[in-house]
Amino acid sequence: MSAIYARRRITNGIAMVLSGFATLLGLIFLVWILWITAQNGLSALNLTLFTKITAYADQGGLSNAIVGSLIMDLMALLICAPIGVLAGTYLAEYANSTRLGASIRFLNDILLSAPSIVLGLFVYVIIVLPISDMTHGTISFSGFAGSVALALIGLPVIVRTTDEMLQLVPGTLREAALSLGIPQWKLTVQVLMRAAFSGILTGILLALARLAGETAPLLFTAFGNNFMTMHPLDKMASMPGTIYQYTNDPNPALHAIAWAGALLITLFVLALSLLTRIMFSRKKVSYE
Amino acid sequence: MQAISAEPLARDTEHRSRADARHDLLFRFLLRFCALLVLGTLLGAALSTLWGGREVLFKDGFHFLFSSDWNPVEDQYGALAPIVGTLVTSLIALVLAVPVAFGVALFLTEIAPNWARGPVSTAIELLAGIPSIIYGMWGLFVFVPFMASIEPWLNDTLGNVPVIGALFQGPPLGLGLLTAGIVLAVMILPFISSVMREVFKTVPARLKESSYALGSTTWEVVWDIVLPYTRSAVIGGIFLGLGRALGETMAVTFVLGNSYNITSSLLMPGTSISSSIANEFNEAVGLHRSALIALGFLLFVVTFIVLLIARLMLRQLARREGR
Repeated sequence: MSAIYARRRITNGIAMVLSGFATLLGLIFLVWILWITAQNGLSALNLTLFTKITAYADQGGLSNAIVGSLIMDLMALLICAPIGVLAGTYLAEYANSTRLGASIRFLNDILLSAPSIVLGLFVYVIIVLPISDMTHGTISFSGFAGSVALALIGLPVIVRTTDEMLQLVPGTLREAALSLGIPQWKLTVQVLMRAAFSGILTGILLALARLAGETAPLLFTAFGNNFMTMHPLDKMASMPGTIYQYTNDPNPALHAIAWAGALLITLFVLALSLLTRIMFSRKKVSYE
Repeated sequence: MQAISAEPLARDTEHRSRADARHDLLFRFLLRFCALLVLGTLLGAALSTLWGGREVLFKDGFHFLFSSDWNPVEDQYGALAPIVGTLVTSLIALVLAVPVAFGVALFLTEIAPNWARGPVSTAIELLAGIPSIIYGMWGLFVFVPFMASIEPWLNDTLGNVPVIGALFQGPPLGLGLLTAGIVLAVMILPFISSVMREVFKTVPARLKESSYALGSTTWEVVWDIVLPYTRSAVIGGIFLGLGRALGETMAVTFVLGNSYNITSSLLMPGTSISSSIANEFNEAVGLHRSALIALGFLLFVVTFIVLLIARLMLRQLARREGR
């Protein structure tokens, strides 16, 4: 008997130790990646990054990429936030128990992890190509197309959080408002959305964190640009796109600039996702 | 003093309720339209890539899938090498990430002291927040040299094992399928572990406590009670990770080596669907571009199916929970 006990105890001990090691391994990779990014990024960080454009190559900075990314991220949010919030509201308030609602919710979860490069191809086929054909090639890749591609990345995140947040609003609030005789759209906009405001905002920030780091959908929509532009129909540089381009370049001086950009974008994205995590932790919600 | 007559008030109310009904209808219509856009995106992504890839699909048909000859100079396109590369790297990623993710979930739900659970799980999930381009840079500049330094050792040890030995033979380039698979494993680890952790927490305490009361060890409770109870959701989580791995672009593009040769060794450079598209799209014209878009269609269909299975499996547990 005692042999069995010993074996069970040893098995248990080994499993516990291995699972500790697994967690440690995950943490090691996290620290390793962040440490490398911080180390290389900090040593390349200087003011030129923010003042000079990428056209100067290794003598230059990233200012046009920073501006391009800000513009495209903002435009993407302007596109996907209203649509996402309204769609999420539909799922929570109007179609919560209908078959259509269930299938949209289900497919939205799939869109959440769909390959971003395919969404880039989608936007290329439906926006870049037709515009290029219409204008005989004078306008093809554009910041606008880039932001549509990014909006598609952010959309499912916002739909999902809005849906979940509205479902957390207590039903008594709906009943109280309806019993006063206000129409449903007013109830939704003025009572429910207000009650779930912080949650919906968190969803929008989460979407921003998600789309700000995306590279693949921008490659063949915004393309990239070595000069400063704020016109949405021009080819537009982006931070991740420029980092990609510089990393592919054999010139080590460009790698340094890429690391600095990588540090900036990592800080931005991680700060956002930590912020949303803190906002979320007050509300019980799942978001993988 | 002004007398308020009842008649205009009644007319007012009626007018207002009619306007309200109209606004309600409009509002509902607007909301439904926005929700349908989600469907439209998925459908549009599938149809547009199919349309964009029509030239090569008409020309080659199924041959496109099974030919390994990818030669832009002669305008020959066969998708076998990218398909194999995508599957092999994703498979390596799963084989490595699943046990580790299970360990992490086990640690966070059963072993770790309460004060450590929050911070550690946040840290692990931060891995999911790091942009994939950063994984790519870290992979290329740090992990590839690291792999190059241990590959001779892999050659000498695993390379001599019968049957699987051929997988680990080759020049120590650092680049290649194995490296890409490991980078992907790190990327998908937080996705799988967070699903596992979430579903492990749904196991009713009475089940676990009964088992403990009968004298089970923690490991026996997890292996014989928790895992069978959550099996479908755990598989769902694994498929979710697989879906991520299949479609990931930036993390693997730098470290794969972009080679269209199909080899038996995991240490040799390869390519994947997404990295082929990312590497070649902007230089491609005509049939070449069409072939890349067709690859995108293929990727979309495969990930869609994988993610569909994932979500269905995840839903099974939620159903049983009565949610």
